[in-house]
Amino acid sequence: MSATTIKRRDFLKTGAAVGGGLLLSVYLPELAHAESLTTPSVPKTAGTFSPNAFIRIAADDSVTIIINKSEMGQGVYTSLPMLVVEELEADWNKIRVESAPVAAAYNHPSFGIQMTGGSTSTASEWDRLRKMGAAGRIMLIAAAAKKWNVEPQSLHAEKNFVIHDASGRRASFGSLADLAATLTPPTNVPLKDPKDFKLIGKSMRRLDTPAKVNGSAQFGLDVHFPGMMTAVVLRPPVFGGKVVSINAEKAKAVPGVKDVLAVPTGVAVIANGFWPAKLGRERLEVTWDEGPNAGISTVGMREQYASLAKTPGLVARKLGDPAKALAGAAKTIVAEYEVPYLAHAMMEPLNCVVDLRADHCEIWTGTQFQTVDRLAAAATAGLKPEQVEIHTTLLGGGFGRRANPASDFVVEAVQVAKAAKVPVKVVWTREDDIRGGWYRPMWYDRMVGGVDAAGNPIAWTHTIVGQSIMQGTMFEPFGIKNGIDDSSVEGAADLLYGIPNLQVDLHTPRIGVPVQWWRSVGHSHNGFAVEAFFDELAHAGGKDPYELRRALLAKQPRMRAVLDLVARQANWGKPLPPGHGRGIATHFSFDSYVAQVAEVSVDKNGALRVHRMVCAVDCGRVINPDSVRAQMEGGIVFGLTAALKDEITLERGRVQQRNFHDYPMLRINEAPEIEVHIVSSTENPTGVGEPGVPPVAPAVANAIFAATGKRVRKLPIRSIQMV
Amino acid sequence: MITLRVNGKEVTADVDPTTPLLWVLRETLGLTGTKYGCGMAQCGACTVHLNGEAIRSCVKRAADAAGKDITTIEGLSPDLSHPLQKAWIELDVPQCGYCQSGQLMSAAVLLAESANPTDNEIDEGMAGNICRCGTYSRIRAAIHRAAAIKAGGGRV
Repeated sequence: MSATTIKRRDFLKTGAAVGGGLLLSVYLPELAHAESLTTPSVPKTAGTFSPNAFIRIAADDSVTIIINKSEMGQGVYTSLPMLVVEELEADWNKIRVESAPVAAAYNHPSFGIQMTGGSTSTASEWDRLRKMGAAGRIMLIAAAAKKWNVEPQSLHAEKNFVIHDASGRRASFGSLADLAATLTPPTNVPLKDPKDFKLIGKSMRRLDTPAKVNGSAQFGLDVHFPGMMTAVVLRPPVFGGKVVSINAEKAKAVPGVKDVLAVPTGVAVIANGFWPAKLGRERLEVTWDEGPNAGISTVGMREQYASLAKTPGLVARKLGDPAKALAGAAKTIVAEYEVPYLAHAMMEPLNCVVDLRADHCEIWTGTQFQTVDRLAAAATAGLKPEQVEIHTTLLGGGFGRRANPASDFVVEAVQVAKAAKVPVKVVWTREDDIRGGWYRPMWYDRMVGGVDAAGNPIAWTHTIVGQSIMQGTMFEPFGIKNGIDDSSVEGAADLLYGIPNLQVDLHTPRIGVPVQWWRSVGHSHNGFAVEAFFDELAHAGGKDPYELRRALLAKQPRMRAVLDLVARQANWGKPLPPGHGRGIATHFSFDSYVAQVAEVSVDKNGALRVHRMVCAVDCGRVINPDSVRAQMEGGIVFGLTAALKDEITLERGRVQQRNFHDYPMLRINEAPEIEVHIVSSTENPTGVGEPGVPPVAPAVANAIFAATGKRVRKLPIRSIQMV
Repeated sequence: MITLRVNGKEVTADVDPTTPLLWVLRETLGLTGTKYGCGMAQCGACTVHLNGEAIRSCVKRAADAAGKDITTIEGLSPDLSHPLQKAWIELDVPQCGYCQSGQLMSAAVLLAESANPTDNEIDEGMAGNICRCGTYSRIRAAIHRAAAIKAGGGRV
């Protein structure tokens, strides 16, 4: 989910005012009387020392860091332990990382629920985890001081030992665990001066890599225990369709199929393995009531959106008098931009294991949304939230899909387990994933811009048309204000360029296709429309697109710095061979500043090749530089797949794509050379998982214009019409 | 009942012989390092070696693998000592990691066939493996690094 979807700044402000983390409990009443939101609940185990919910030190000197964020590739199982260990002074080479259970102690400090998203993991844990580490160190030092009868000030901690400087005496953390566990946690926890950081700011190798190169890493799909069955679910061909009748005779005849059961989302085939379950599903004969969504077609939607875009929507932002400024402009241009529905297509298809008992429900799944999933699972199972245990496995990609506001894949698995009366793993096939909805919405953007006689932009209007991802979810009360879903206009209404007359307005049609946050959320479409149109406006005024951006970012020094850096590194302005072109784009999202330059070529047949992507990022203080580089690299490839490859389309309510042959991913032979430059900063850390995505498509589209003179206003760009 | 030779060991599996090898490896033999991604040989997450050749186990009937040498990611090395594993760790290739077993198994065949592959050979040899996290530039670099490790164990 996007931080800004919940209007991040306001949220943080209000959140702090009401004592952090309490906001969501207004909407999730179960949270209000859950465990204290500020005092971590720590299980007491003999011989171990747990100063708080994030650290466990055992007598054998093992130091376990319990991480409340889901590892989906972004490196939180490495960067977040770095924050703890920096202050705890544990031995980096000896730590273990464990995924946290669901507990209030692990809630997002601003969002008030346990979740991973909005590119907020580092930003939101930056202070807390360092304090947790420091508290642990202070207690270990206090234990040693007591043991040796010396002043704590005469001791320091280093690599799993407390050391008495004067005598050279050393005590390992493990040997102090018992004693430390009897002490009271400190209330005043001073933090290191950044100049003394030993880990923070250094590229540390990821702790999860060894397990990911020998096959031992456990993803949700790898969970297995005796007695567990596998289920696949046949879902309706149209969103919202209902089962009318089932003929399960042929399905049940498949060896290995144990049962066929109607569940609220469709028909579940229960078998002793994936293959028989899938074969059984293929043999089901089901009649559906397709419901009201059977008429949905992308072609029809596009017509509806295009005509809506020509009418005024709800105003999300207004500055000056755009209508008057446009009327007086020396030159005006109009352009319409379009992007399709997109599936997240994580490499690991959705899955969820449920062991449901009379008074307990145990769940193993790769989720980004522990609190929401637990509440939903409890409600489905008829249990209390505390009777539901969720084991967060590694996630084979998330990109937002595993933070489902309806907990769709978890709720369905609980429903299947309830019906099957055995522990069950529900597995989604790739086809289920591609056709399963919860897409990045389809968007249509109409832009009008005007420049004065000197070619300077003086007016800008942007009409956005697309579904709301907040509507109908528990996030609606603070995600939608005065009819405007902030995530629909993020990256557009908060335009950084100094244009004196500006209007952004929004139409939110209701369509029966479930939509959801998708890596970079609203920025994924607004970044394209805004940055590609800015390029058009620059050319309309006879300006260099880099120089004009630079001029209009005079009051945005951080963005201007990344822009200058990327231009320099990409040799902006240096001639390229014929058929080649460079395009530049910037985008501010998740509180980070990113600028990119794409270098492309287009041959005479219109075949496009992206040769090089240069990226500059300012994400505040960097914890693990190599991890930031990796996220930018990954964001660029993700953005290129969206720019060049994919669309989800519907006809008669049916999704027309089904697997990687017709919903393709960028492959290694198409992947450009990528260069990432990080701006050094002492500001607080900001997001990196998502901000690399939004500038990609506009940088490529602008490069295509530079190479060919052709404007690309619709994604995906499969080839360029050269005639 | 079919008999398979997996990572040097003979094993028997009581499964329908038309079951894809992938599911026998994962569910019957518990070798979950080999991944399911698409079920139609599009993504390469399920790549294993069959008599030294990289194949997509999601579309290979288990019965057709009987009597042949099957190597999975678990059998690439017993101790992370394969040059590719070393290079993958050194360059921090994986992000989510889900596709990496398949990437490594494809790369292992590429490296066996070409001691020092060019970028083009890497692109060609690895184009069957999708990585949604976008680790491609690191995969390229790590294959070069593994080739150097294999050649001399030394530095490049």
